Amino acid sequence: MQINLNKDLLNRVTFLTGSAELADNLSAVPPMIPFEEKIIDLLNAVSAEIIKDPRSRAYSDVITFGFWIRKGSVLKLKERFEINDNALHLGKGVVFHIAPSNVPVNFAYSLAAGLLNGNANVVRVPSKDFPQVGIITDAFNKVLAQREEMKPYVLCVRYDRDKEINDLFSSVADVRIVWGGDRTIEELRRSPLPPRSGEITFADRYSIAVIDSESYLAAEDKKRIAEDFYNDTFFSDQNACTSPRIVIWTGNRTAEAKEIFWEEEHLLAEKKYNFQPIQGVNKLTRSFLVSAAQPGVKVVEHRDNLIVRVTVPELTETLMDNRDNCGYFYEYDCKDINDIKPVCNDKRCQTIAYFGSRESITPLLMSGIKGVDRVVPLGRTMDFDLLWDGYNLTQHLTRSIVLE
Amino acid sequence: MTFEEIMSLSPYSLNKEEKGKLLTERLMELTRHHLENCPEYRRMSEAVGFDVEKAEDYRDIPFLPVRLFKEMDLKSVPGEEIVKTMTSSGTTGQAVSKIYLDRETSANQQKAMVKIVQDFTGSARMPMIIIDCPGVVKNRAMFSARGAGILGFSMFGAKKIYALDDDMRLDVEGLKEFLENNKGQRILLFGFTFMIWQHFYKELVRLKDEGISFDLSDGILIHGGGWKKLISEAVSHDEFHKRLEVVCGLRSIHDYYGMVEQTGCIYMECEHGHLHASNFSDVIIRRPIDFSEAEIGETGIIQVVSTIPESYPGHSLLTEDEGAVLGVDDCPCGRKGKYFKINGRLKSAEIRGCSDTYADKFK
Repeated sequence: MQINLNKDLLNRVTFLTGSAELADNLSAVPPMIPFEEKIIDLLNAVSAEIIKDPRSRAYSDVITFGFWIRKGSVLKLKERFEINDNALHLGKGVVFHIAPSNVPVNFAYSLAAGLLNGNANVVRVPSKDFPQVGIITDAFNKVLAQREEMKPYVLCVRYDRDKEINDLFSSVADVRIVWGGDRTIEELRRSPLPPRSGEITFADRYSIAVIDSESYLAAEDKKRIAEDFYNDTFFSDQNACTSPRIVIWTGNRTAEAKEIFWEEEHLLAEKKYNFQPIQGVNKLTRSFLVSAAQPGVKVVEHRDNLIVRVTVPELTETLMDNRDNCGYFYEYDCKDINDIKPVCNDKRCQTIAYFGSRESITPLLMSGIKGVDRVVPLGRTMDFDLLWDGYNLTQHLTRSIVLE
Repeated sequence: MTFEEIMSLSPYSLNKEEKGKLLTERLMELTRHHLENCPEYRRMSEAVGFDVEKAEDYRDIPFLPVRLFKEMDLKSVPGEEIVKTMTSSGTTGQAVSKIYLDRETSANQQKAMVKIVQDFTGSARMPMIIIDCPGVVKNRAMFSARGAGILGFSMFGAKKIYALDDDMRLDVEGLKEFLENNKGQRILLFGFTFMIWQHFYKELVRLKDEGISFDLSDGILIHGGGWKKLISEAVSHDEFHKRLEVVCGLRSIHDYYGMVEQTGCIYMECEHGHLHASNFSDVIIRRPIDFSEAEIGETGIIQVVSTIPESYPGHSLLTEDEGAVLGVDDCPCGRKGKYFKINGRLKSAEIRGCSDTYADKFK
């Protein structure tokens, strides 16, 4: 009876890799040893396929993923994350991933994290038909065709929002990884997990940038910095959890630095960004909402709606309830790094992207704050790692067998 | 310039220069009033560096995106003077605009509307068929846009009948009787574009096949609410006109453009298919990239200004509609002022990002 029920449900699922039969058999798949040879080999082969696929050239995000799973890169991860404590480590078993619906390549990183840590994976890829998804799953299919024994570990699926299917995959999951923010988490929480299973949830987060005006003015390659900032923000419509929403300026030459910085950024956005009319209306709406709520707010005069900057007289706890995207920035001139505490002492605060000295931010971190999981150089906010969003993924995706 | 002075003029009488002068004077006056009486409006204006003393033209007045009225309570009079709160007819679960009216603003909305509509219907009241159900105006505590539209236009009707029952079925007998009793008179029909198509036109077609037909060749139909749903049924403006004429002889058909945020100064469609701005209001087409004013014929985002709003700062608004000005003062119908067309709603943004969008969730 149970089996027939699953078959009916699985009919509503499209398998980009794997099959309904493999999905039905997920709980019987043996966990692997994290970073074991066959996993590294599989990912390295996928990497090669991705990099040699001519279609990949158009997608820098696909290429970046291709390099991330190359043997050399994975061995570095192995060095950092392999646990050496005399215990034996194994994957938890089955990981059920819900990828965000509007980021093309995120599912692949989630899958790789599950694999590297020795697990069988069922990954719900974005509902939107991104070409990137096809390139990556094609590469997996090619490689898996020669590695029969690895097939049960890689199931990439697509289905419409469907609680019954969520229920089914959750019921066999040892770990559930939910991307896609608060609403998606709320939706998935309606599907129960077995008692010993765990969950990693990537909730709605925001990020900020701290730029030292003097370091910026002294920097040689301002075009490069503009590119870096573009990748941190515009590349994901400034709507990723890692995208800076506030630019905090430190040092004594903020006015001068801002002028050049935004001029460079504007040149780049003009060239690369696909502006949509409604974005201008959205930014105007947001800037008025925040101006009405807090006295002393100034909308910086702008030539056009590509970049809208709003200067705030202080950083309040509620400022980030009013965030927007697609080139909408709050700016704050910071005299003392502890002034930015109200936006960092918030569990929603994820990444500080910095330009200049990282050490100058340390006093803020040491002061005891609830938010901030990463402090990374400008341009690196999107670099995926097994330490992500405050989670050590290896610890969450493996189990330890104590040997005494 | 007071509102009364604008009222005293024929509604489409002013040419570009005259109207520009009038609008600048009245809208600056309203801007000062809202700056003094609505703290949120003052803060918003200050944030964008607007100085009313330096502004020279009504085009320079900041425009508030209509969505702000969904997010905030904006009023420029003390709460006890509010006599009516209008709301937009959003779909369930969506935020609705809240527009606060005092006696004065509410009365001026009505006066402006009478003036505008009578330019098309004449001043005599007519027997009126409302192509909607009576239920929609029952709840008077909260005026939805649909209800407000019906009540607003009801002023032009002498005797009224609702053509649909609360299950949206055509009241065939009632309609027959009403037309019989008012034989030989000009009839006013009013309704929302999609309702008319779905529950009136389609039913008339069905009845005609059964041998029952109605003669509305002496009628004048005013309809509004937008074309979005009809476009999805592939019914064009011309098709709408042609098919209605075929089924019931209706030839005088006028669309109107209006919104709950600026009730009263609606934009009526003339005999040549153009929407017209009256003396009470104006449209300015803005380029999306920098909000500069577009040329005649160039598509952009529609800004609307109105001389009416005193109780809430809604005299200059940026809509989420797209359109183009077709000309000024030279429409063959003879009416002065700008005439324009609406292309529809701005497309909602497709954006990337880790957090799934609301729209996506409910796709």
